[in-house]
Amino acid sequence: MRITVGVDGTRYTDDVEPRMLLVHYLRERLGKTGTVVGCDTSNCGACTVHLDGHSVKSCSVLAVQADGSEVTTIEGLARDGRMHPVQQAFRDNHALQCGFCTPGMIMQAIDLLADDPDPDDNAVRHGLEGNLCRCTGYQNIVRAVRDAASKMAPGAGPAAEQVAEPTLDPASRSSDADISAPAPSHTGGGS
Amino acid sequence: MTATAEPEVGKARLRKEDERLVTGRTRWTDNITLPGMLHLAVLRSPLAHARIAEIDTSAAREMPGVIAVFTAKDLDPAREIGLPCAWPVTPDMKHPRRPVLAADKVNFAGEGVAVVAARSAAEAQDALEAIDVEYEDLPVVLDMEAALAEGTTVIHEDLGTNENAVWVFDSGEAGTGGDVQQAITDAEVTVTRRFRQQRLVPAFMEPRATVVDPTGPQLTVWSSTQIPHILRVMTALTLGLPEHKLRVIAPDVGGGFGGKIGVLPEELMTLLVARKLGKPVKWNESRSDCMATAHHGRDQIQDITITATRDGTITGLKVDLLADMGAYLGVVAPGVPLLGAFMFNAIYKIPSYRFACTNVFTNKTITDAYRGAGRPEATFAIERIMDELAVELDMDPLALREKNWIKHEEFPYTTVAGLTYDSGNYEAATERAKQLFDYDGLRREQEARRASNDPVQLGIGISTYTEMCGLAPSRVLGSLAYGAGGWEHAAIRMLPTGKVEVVTGSSAHGQGHETAWSQIVADQLGVPFEDIEVLHGDTQFSPRGMDTYGSRSLTVGGTALVLAAHRVLDKAKPVAAHLLECAVDDIEFAGGKFAVKGTDKSVGIQDVALAVFAAHDLPDGYEANLDSDATFDPDNFSYPHGTHLCATEVDTETGRVSIRSYVCVDDVGKVVNPLIVEGQVHGGLAQGIAQALYEEAVHDESGTLTSGTFADYHLPSAADLPTFVTDRTETPSTTNPLGVKGVGEAGTIASTPAVVNAIVDALRHMGVADVEMPCSPMRVWQAIQGGAR
Amino acid sequence: MIPARFDYVAPTTVDEAVRALADAGEDGKVIAGGQSLLPVLRMRLAAPTKLVDIGRIPELRAIREDGDAIVIGAMATHYEVQRDPLVREHAALITAATDTVADPQVRHRGTFGGSIAHADPAGDLLAPALAMDAEMVVAGMDGRRTVPAAEYFVDFFTTAMTPAELLVEVRLPKYTGWRAHYEKFNRVAQSWSMVAVAAMVRTDGGTIAEARIGLTNMASVPVRARAVEDALVGQAATAENIKAAAANAANGTSPTSDGNADGEYRSHLARVLTGRALTAAIG
Ligand SMILES: Cc1cc2nc3c(=O)[nH]c(=O)nc-3n(C[C@H](O)[C@H](O)[C@H](O)COP(=O)(O)OP(=O)(O)OC[C@H]3O[C@@H](n4cnc5c(N)ncnc54)[C@H](O)[C@@H]3O)c2cc1C
Ligand code: FES
Ligand code: FES
Repeated sequence: MRITVGVDGTRYTDDVEPRMLLVHYLRERLGKTGTVVGCDTSNCGACTVHLDGHSVKSCSVLAVQADGSEVTTIEGLARDGRMHPVQQAFRDNHALQCGFCTPGMIMQAIDLLADDPDPDDNAVRHGLEGNLCRCTGYQNIVRAVRDAASKMAPGAGPAAEQVAEPTLDPASRSSDADISAPAPSHTGGGS
Repeated sequence: MTATAEPEVGKARLRKEDERLVTGRTRWTDNITLPGMLHLAVLRSPLAHARIAEIDTSAAREMPGVIAVFTAKDLDPAREIGLPCAWPVTPDMKHPRRPVLAADKVNFAGEGVAVVAARSAAEAQDALEAIDVEYEDLPVVLDMEAALAEGTTVIHEDLGTNENAVWVFDSGEAGTGGDVQQAITDAEVTVTRRFRQQRLVPAFMEPRATVVDPTGPQLTVWSSTQIPHILRVMTALTLGLPEHKLRVIAPDVGGGFGGKIGVLPEELMTLLVARKLGKPVKWNESRSDCMATAHHGRDQIQDITITATRDGTITGLKVDLLADMGAYLGVVAPGVPLLGAFMFNAIYKIPSYRFACTNVFTNKTITDAYRGAGRPEATFAIERIMDELAVELDMDPLALREKNWIKHEEFPYTTVAGLTYDSGNYEAATERAKQLFDYDGLRREQEARRASNDPVQLGIGISTYTEMCGLAPSRVLGSLAYGAGGWEHAAIRMLPTGKVEVVTGSSAHGQGHETAWSQIVADQLGVPFEDIEVLHGDTQFSPRGMDTYGSRSLTVGGTALVLAAHRVLDKAKPVAAHLLECAVDDIEFAGGKFAVKGTDKSVGIQDVALAVFAAHDLPDGYEANLDSDATFDPDNFSYPHGTHLCATEVDTETGRVSIRSYVCVDDVGKVVNPLIVEGQVHGGLAQGIAQALYEEAVHDESGTLTSGTFADYHLPSAADLPTFVTDRTETPSTTNPLGVKGVGEAGTIASTPAVVNAIVDALRHMGVADVEMPCSPMRVWQAIQGGAR
Repeated sequence: MIPARFDYVAPTTVDEAVRALADAGEDGKVIAGGQSLLPVLRMRLAAPTKLVDIGRIPELRAIREDGDAIVIGAMATHYEVQRDPLVREHAALITAATDTVADPQVRHRGTFGGSIAHADPAGDLLAPALAMDAEMVVAGMDGRRTVPAAEYFVDFFTTAMTPAELLVEVRLPKYTGWRAHYEKFNRVAQSWSMVAVAAMVRTDGGTIAEARIGLTNMASVPVRARAVEDALVGQAATAENIKAAAANAANGTSPTSDGNADGEYRSHLARVLTGRALTAAIG
């Protein structure tokens, strides 16, 4: 099946088998290996990306279901060589060790802050309950998310790094990538 | 000595590793794609014990995209290959051959029986379904005590028994203490308990993967492993390959916790298939395959007896252990109980001690080292029984501990197990922990809740632990029949532009070596932190190493680094003297500069590096090379310790336990990077608490793992864990020049008994004397019902 | 980790979807949010040959008011349901239960209709739907029919729908002004309910005028705790009365046993949690 998907600001058109998972499309077709697979039961969240502005587990979406959508991965967050405030906060707060859960944690943290810009510890912990980390014990992750929240508060950082206000229309929320600009077109190999 | 104005060691440096990890510029093994690469899928036995009557692969061979299908007959026709075990704990230890693929018989559910190599992972997966295997069921052996009973099915018929080995330490016989039998006979108070260490899954987040490239002069193996060096040696020995034709790379590795110290059948089958087909081959696994086949941890039954006088002085300790090896032997599995054997006596002065363990084969996934390896088990048993003894003596559990622990002025102290603890201060750590915890205030609240019959009861759990880190003095390993040494290697390369490359033999997978090693070298050589690149995990540029496990990297590998740096400076000094036109003895080094004593004349180490590179103007006969390396073999272990206090609230109506507060004060000696130390403690606590409350690998009566996915194996998420209060005392180790002790396992070792002690303490007045781990709501509730009856 | 091959269609109307399902026969399967289906396909525990994706049918996404009912389209996601003001006002029990479903990522994709159609006895939306006397609107080749919740759930993962039928929407009578609470008991935050209690109460002064209680995972289907409801009506909303009524919570249930909970413990939990759910609902 032919699909067209915007990923990290670039439009791709590819032929894929219907059974191909979005995460495999990202990793194997597009080389977006920053997004990883940690489980087969949709529990770990390591594969979390944003699909039309909302966090999803990309192992639990078929590539064909993403046809016509915009996807943002961990590789699409940095702007002009500068890390997203959540990425920076993870580094500043030692919120990662092996780093395998980190892309998913960061993508989910950004989603969480879009819904709740000033979460307390408990809200952060519950907002991340679909993401497993075996290394950190989560304490520094919680700290990092709250640190990012304080830095992303209005006036605390460049407007470009602000997370948009959530709206009820799921399609209209763009938390990260500026996808309104016409994207260059890439056509990948078919199968 | 060589420190800069503001030492790097001790600073909370942000990690060098993180920039690429938070932006997704990662190199996991599964990211690797090579031209013509094939994908390997493994057909696994659904049965725990069965004879293989027939394997029909003909249909699979015809499937689209399939290049080859292999069984044991193809990969090992001579039936010679057996996976290695490096720790024959006794001369007569039974070591069954573990084949790469099962040929006649499967011994655990998940054992590989055939492999498919196909052009895509999906096609390889499809073809597995077309392979037909006919099995004949055999009776399964799952329970350790049943496995040892007369007349039980023997798993490895050629061995004639399910007993792997019996290993005994007796302080009377070893001359390190008295006879425990005498202590028991004479005892005023004796407490005996049976504790069960449930089976755990290490559950590193990155599933395992291997890519083997047979093209080019060497065979290149990428693997998600903790042990690239050991893997190279073991692979060469196991397959009879010339070691110099093998290159092993551990790229970014997503956690290990001991779970990636194995030499895997999958690594070997990938290699064999790649060689047969002449093409690069990748194997990666699903999480469920990983849960069923990557080695498990713990799984011991502990019978422990402690004796004391009425006033609370411990007189003896006796431990009898059963340890489940699973169906075969892991690389260090038989020795895991031994790593605990020296730790049951913990921080206490115990005059007599006997330890015996019996290792047993069952039809389950193999066990091997999991974070702490032997020491969490030991710490759990002693810290749990200390609480039980306190109850028996009607003493405060902290007071009982204090009465028996080694006082700070008594170090170095040789224990009844024969180890010499170099340093420690249990009083200081405990005092600090009590303050942070509000021990007395919580005890008062506990009284009040008991008095008012509050449905939510409060309990306080204590764990005053120590552990042995820095694996390990090679001589000690030799005396315990371990198959290798415990040294570590480091090399420093001075580049012409003044930048520095550091090569370490201990390959990291989340521990932050790139950062901590840079801090150490920055101080030693006086070069900026940013100018240092730490390289690891590739046998091509790092041929010597013993890899990362057992909290050894900093104590052993860090020391090797310091020694290598000293050699660089020794080599640089004559050049500096030459450039400064003075005698070598007149040179002093500080802050990256070689200066002529008593003058302001100096030359920077970077200038020396450039001068050596140019080699135009060097002392006569000087070998133009500053690069140096060093191997360090410790004389002794190091012994971190600490006091952990946990307050749990137990909902007596539902049995649910929640942690109200958790305080730990650890003494890990000198701290290189407090941020990293804190992170290691947090992660360790999470794993230890998870053992106490959540996790268990459960097999049903047919030997199938029923908690075989992340949906059934309850890893805690952020919402299931408390915020920890951590602090430190700092008593430097005297066994290494950095004064460091190791921190990788401390949290895991200490926390499990603290939590269970707190649960039992909350419910003691309701007649509860123990709750088996994991202390699930149902188990806690049942314990309360049992206590009330 | 990779599903077996299947064909895929993404119709844009209910009629097309129903036709596609009829064409596919036994081996066809609806995919809604895919959050329950894809794990099953990935582990190859099932291998339908055709997936009918109902995610591109606009009609199924709506949440609307229809007289004295709130109508939730089958494809409304948990995330949308959680935030919907109509649902919150007139069907607060659904909001409360949806808040506890899975995790944020799964709630972004998983659907109300998917949960109902999947009919997992541990699913959190079944007991609320039952307690509220919801009606399931089902479309087939012969048109649409309405199935009351009490008849819809038949067994473990089994509903009154045929494989060729599609759940279109769920009609919930309005319970405006009722107080609701969903009390969920699970092992870790991201796991399914061991037992949960959906409780809804209308009080009149200090007296309980009406009560509706549904139990999650106390049988192969969601069950009403009728004995508790009956015991409560007309009683003063006191702790003792609630406790006494809740003691009947496990009557007539048939809980299963697994590693987390045996039947006896589940029954005990049902009693304790019913008391707590009622106490929290009454506030
Ligand atoms: C990690 C994880 C944790 C979870 N935890 C919980 C939890 O705590 N509580 C809970 O309630 N749920 C939980 N879920 C399930 C989640 O709520 C799912 O979203 C839901 O069960 C199914 O919704 P779906 O839209 O994803 O359906 P799908 O997965 O697309 O479909 C599920 C089944 O229903 C059928 N189906 C779907 N829609 C229709 C329709 N309109 N008509 C006919 N048939 C249809 C499909 O054919 C399929 O058989 C969890 C899921 C995951 C992955
Ligand atoms: S890989 Fe997607 S949730 Fe684990
Ligand atoms: S940092 Fe290793 S799993 Fe989270």
